[in-house]
Amino acid sequence: MTATPLIEARALTREFVLRRSWLPGSGQVLRAVDRVDLAVHKGETLGLVGESGSGKSTLGRCLTRLIETTDGSVVFDGQDVTRLRARGLRPFRRSVQMIFQDPSSSLNPRRRVGDILSEPLAVHGIRPAREVPGRLRELMDLVGLPAAALDRFPHEFSGGQRQRIGIARALAMEPRLIVADEPVSALDVSVQAQVVNLFADLRERLSLTYLFIAHDLGVVRQVSTRVAIMYLGSVMETGETDTVFDSPAHPYTEALLSAIPVPVADPAARRRRILLKGEIPNAANPPKGCKFVTRCPYAQDVCRAQRPELRPLTDGRLVACHFPRAALFASGAVLA
Amino acid sequence: MSPLLDVRNLRVAFATDGGPVTAVHDVSFTVQPGEVLAIVGESGSGKSVSLLSVLGLVDRRRTVVEGQATFRGEPILNLSERVLRRIRGREIALISQDPMTALTPVHRIGDQIAEQIRAHERVSRQAARDRAVSLLRDVNIPMPERAVDRYPHELSGGMRQRAVIAMALSCNPALLVADEPTTALDTTVQAQVLDMLRRLSAQHDSSVVLITHDMGVVAEMATRVAVMYAGRIVETGTVAELFDDPWHPYTWGLLDSIPPLTGARPRRLPSIAGMPPPPGRTEPGCPFAPRCRAAMPVCYLPPPEQVAGGHRALCVLDAPARAALRPPRVAA
Ligand SMILES: Nc1ncnc2c1ncn2[C@@H]1O[C@H](COP(=O)(O)OP(=O)(O)OP(=O)(O)O)[C@@H](O)[C@H]1O
Ligand SMILES: Nc1ncnc2c1ncn2[C@@H]1O[C@H](COP(=O)(O)OP(=O)(O)O)[C@@H](O)[C@H]1O
Ligand code: SF4
Ligand code: SF4
Ligand SMILES: [Mg+2]
Ligand SMILES: [Mg+2]
Repeated sequence: MTATPLIEARALTREFVLRRSWLPGSGQVLRAVDRVDLAVHKGETLGLVGESGSGKSTLGRCLTRLIETTDGSVVFDGQDVTRLRARGLRPFRRSVQMIFQDPSSSLNPRRRVGDILSEPLAVHGIRPAREVPGRLRELMDLVGLPAAALDRFPHEFSGGQRQRIGIARALAMEPRLIVADEPVSALDVSVQAQVVNLFADLRERLSLTYLFIAHDLGVVRQVSTRVAIMYLGSVMETGETDTVFDSPAHPYTEALLSAIPVPVADPAARRRRILLKGEIPNAANPPKGCKFVTRCPYAQDVCRAQRPELRPLTDGRLVACHFPRAALFASGAVLA
Repeated sequence: MSPLLDVRNLRVAFATDGGPVTAVHDVSFTVQPGEVLAIVGESGSGKSVSLLSVLGLVDRRRTVVEGQATFRGEPILNLSERVLRRIRGREIALISQDPMTALTPVHRIGDQIAEQIRAHERVSRQAARDRAVSLLRDVNIPMPERAVDRYPHELSGGMRQRAVIAMALSCNPALLVADEPTTALDTTVQAQVLDMLRRLSAQHDSSVVLITHDMGVVAEMATRVAVMYAGRIVETGTVAELFDDPWHPYTWGLLDSIPPLTGARPRRLPSIAGMPPPPGRTEPGCPFAPRCRAAMPVCYLPPPEQVAGGHRALCVLDAPARAALRPPRVAA
């Protein structure tokens, strides 16, 4: 893809200084996102996956400028927005909206849904006052809620409905990019499917672009055109959804996919489980060399000595590993 | 074989500000020696309450528990708190989603396990400590000789949950009740913990009741399954029966709405319309009727039970009706 990406992280780094005194290593610097290069193109859904603490939310928050970036840059539609402030940032603030896991914490409990949704319309002057009521009904319709919901308070809704309200509020700004951070993780599976479908419908109807953060690989596979897998602040593998899911190249992607319990009775229908040793290392003190080396079943000496860079395979995906999975070589894909 | 745990016609109601609310309606199930029974359902469906009320772990002043329950043939619903406490821990152990409910933050892990052992067995301090070390080794905690002296907050979530499992197994319980034991864990850690739970429960000859909302976990861990909806068990059967030939439209919905990890990606996921009824619903008919794609007028009366051997479903649809609505899938 050669077109300008809608949003791009360039060598993006975000560090935190640990302060809680009882934590081992207080005062240490934790690099939550470590020189990440990642682009989201217009019209695509990039699924960002990884286990807890891998840096997904931090990366999403840096990209939306909710938190400052320590180093590197955020480029939106060709423009570096990393250090823009106040007025200069306003068009960006409107174009990029974020949706969170727990919509109730971001919806003011004392305001009716209609007021919650009309506020951004007024603040950003998106619609003249006379068009607001019509626009509110349109938003309700888009997210599949009755117009009567506008007169009710957030606590009167179920989790799935509240997430629809959160989505409507993001849509009110008429954004070009939506960064959704675990938007369906708190929902039960039957309701989750409804909301996953809603994301797909909205993308088609409004030609939206998504960065979709989730730890559930099934959900990510369903919504994403492309995926990126993070581990300890780094992107380990990124490529077309089907390419990565059908033949993972990074040993971590492979282990992660194999670890998901599959809802079929026949054990023969499952992937061979790769049980990793140990747990995710402390993010404040990642392993030298490859960050996955402490748990990787294929680690060699070079993995401890040298951190592998993210580089392309012939099938177009990128992988950060000295020894991408052998099954791939059989299928003809090799390091480009 | 007589069941280890036999629960019949359990009803649990809570006193709330808006009057009594029935959370569990007429629930019956058994746990056979050596089996893993999974109880699956959405949040609020009554999974935890069904087990916790049987174990005497609900607030007695605000809860009405009716029905019968026997453990090893002895009634357990009306036992005194003192007797129940002795059974829990020695014969029945509980693991919950949050390991910190079982751990005290101010004591070392090893001391907590040793104390648990000494509460039920007459062994020396040193012997209890040695047992704690070996239990921590069994649950794959690295350097168990040092881990016994750690405080809970010094361990990761996965390690803490392992320590709790070690503690639960310390008395060789006949029954292990695990309430969403891996829901808070990451995928790769969940795989490790489930593997360990399966291995150790077999080794200790413990039966397991595994409460979960994840159909994948059910398929990998369980021998038998009970599906709960709105406080009722709507379907029960072996794992093969439930996954290969589900009977209840709610089970269909649960299985169909899981996004697949392989094969074609559907453009839209099949989903169940609407949402579960609020707690305290009192209409007599099938609780799933407002969301069911097969609902018909008769469903607003109490649904009959379909039975074939151990496979049961609370639904009006009989075999031909089911086959017409959802042909059983042939294994690929
Ligand atoms: N102490 C209580 N007082 C009042 N209602 C309660 C109490 N405990 C549980 N309930 C209600 O009982 C019903 C079943 O609760 P339970 O915790 O068993 O559900 P669950 O299926 O285990 O849900 P989750 O997956 O969210 O834990 C719910 O409607 C819940 O709100
Ligand atoms: N405000 C903060 N202070 C200190 N550490 C933080 C802060 N926010 C995030 N982190 C750390 O950064 C890492 C990545 O966190 P996060 O982006 O939240 O991961 P994810 O969303 O993938 O769970 C974690 O190790 C986390 O503990
Ligand atoms: S670089 Fe080495 S340690 Fe890292 S994932 Fe590849 S094989 Fe494993
Ligand atoms: S009894 Fe009727 S409404 Fe209930 S699940 Fe069966 S068909 Fe559907
Ligand atoms: Mg997060
Ligand atoms: Mg529960």
